[in-house]
Amino acid sequence: MAGDKEILNKIRSVKNMQKITSAMEMVAASKIRKAQAQMNASRPYAERIRKVIGHLGAANPDYKHPFLEERETKRVGIIIISTDKGLCGGLNVNLFKRVIAEMSAYQEKKIEVDLVLVGSKSVQFFKRLGGKVVGTATNLGDRPQASDLIGAIKIMLDSYNEGKIDKLFLAHNEFVSTMNQNPKINTLLPVSTINEDSDSLQTHWDYIYEPDAIDLLDGVLMRYIESQVYRGATENIACEMAAKMVAMKSATDNAGDIIDKLQLVYNKARQAAITQEISEIVGGAAAVSG
Amino acid sequence: MISIKIDIVSAEGEIYSGEATMVYAPAKMGEVGIAPRHAPLLTALKPGDVRVQDVDGKEHFFYITGGMLEVQPHLVTVLADTALRGDELDEAAAQESQRQAEEALKGASAETDIKRAQAELAEANARYRAAQKLKGIK
Repeated sequence: MAGDKEILNKIRSVKNMQKITSAMEMVAASKIRKAQAQMNASRPYAERIRKVIGHLGAANPDYKHPFLEERETKRVGIIIISTDKGLCGGLNVNLFKRVIAEMSAYQEKKIEVDLVLVGSKSVQFFKRLGGKVVGTATNLGDRPQASDLIGAIKIMLDSYNEGKIDKLFLAHNEFVSTMNQNPKINTLLPVSTINEDSDSLQTHWDYIYEPDAIDLLDGVLMRYIESQVYRGATENIACEMAAKMVAMKSATDNAGDIIDKLQLVYNKARQAAITQEISEIVGGAAAVSG
Repeated sequence: MISIKIDIVSAEGEIYSGEATMVYAPAKMGEVGIAPRHAPLLTALKPGDVRVQDVDGKEHFFYITGGMLEVQPHLVTVLADTALRGDELDEAAAQESQRQAEEALKGASAETDIKRAQAELAEANARYRAAQKLKGIK
């Protein structure tokens, strides 16, 4: 019967899809661990650099770096970290929702927003909906490198230095657990007061600076911001993989359900055909013998 | 023997951590050698080798592309960069990122259509929830 064949074909095609989604699930599952390890690997650097900034701040109480100074907000910058690829459930959508809510709050206050986009998905989203995008960084892969982000970050730091923006935020997904990721917006600039470990500063001391305290503070702060953004990017990868794993798992389950249903339809159709054939034979035999 | 703790870290991970009797680093103003109880020092590093003499007298070499060196009497921290840095290189990277943005967003308006964005996101969310619900019913 023609109908049988069609159903069988359909079952086969759904089975193929299921194979792909389950393979993607397994790939994502194995990548979560690596992504998490990479995310944690950036921690010691950020901690050390935070301490150095704390020392610098304590040792130079009269010098206020612009990065540490709160000022009136006329324009803000947001660095948005999204994924490069899709098939990860509501991960990007949730983040964009959070960002758009923030942006609309600023719009009401007549504060303009500059955007730097990391990841192809955010580029696609803001291309469609518009926005003042001053820089992008895409196709970072599963292991983003800090050097890929330098350019995008520098744009924002420069416009902060030039007074074009007065605040800088980082929007990315926070990795809570494999099942749970939270969109989050953190303030990068001005750097919030850094609580230095006071015990080491009980006695007054200062560094020997080479070449110059101000240049050094500049360099350290810049690297601090970069390390924060880098950490955000690696954390987002971990989120992407976790969300992808969950999405692909439910896709695999759904494919299984569809296969079961189609199998039932197929069995019924086959049974109906057999029944019909038997009744035809019986009818034919009755006609001959009668 | 008196020693000093040395940590070499980069944004992408910890590179080395241990006790040393002597550390040499390529500071901007010339190579510095740091022995235990060195005075607190903060300096920029240029590309070159960081040499660490550990307590067993073995020497370890690490090539770094630049970074920062922080010295406290009992602790040396090397904040290594992960890429070659320089004002011009950074500037080029920034321009590249800007160019990419212009290219990727050609024709898009500079104003975000927030109403439309909210509507679209709400729709996407509703669709996602509907799918979840359908799955629950089955």
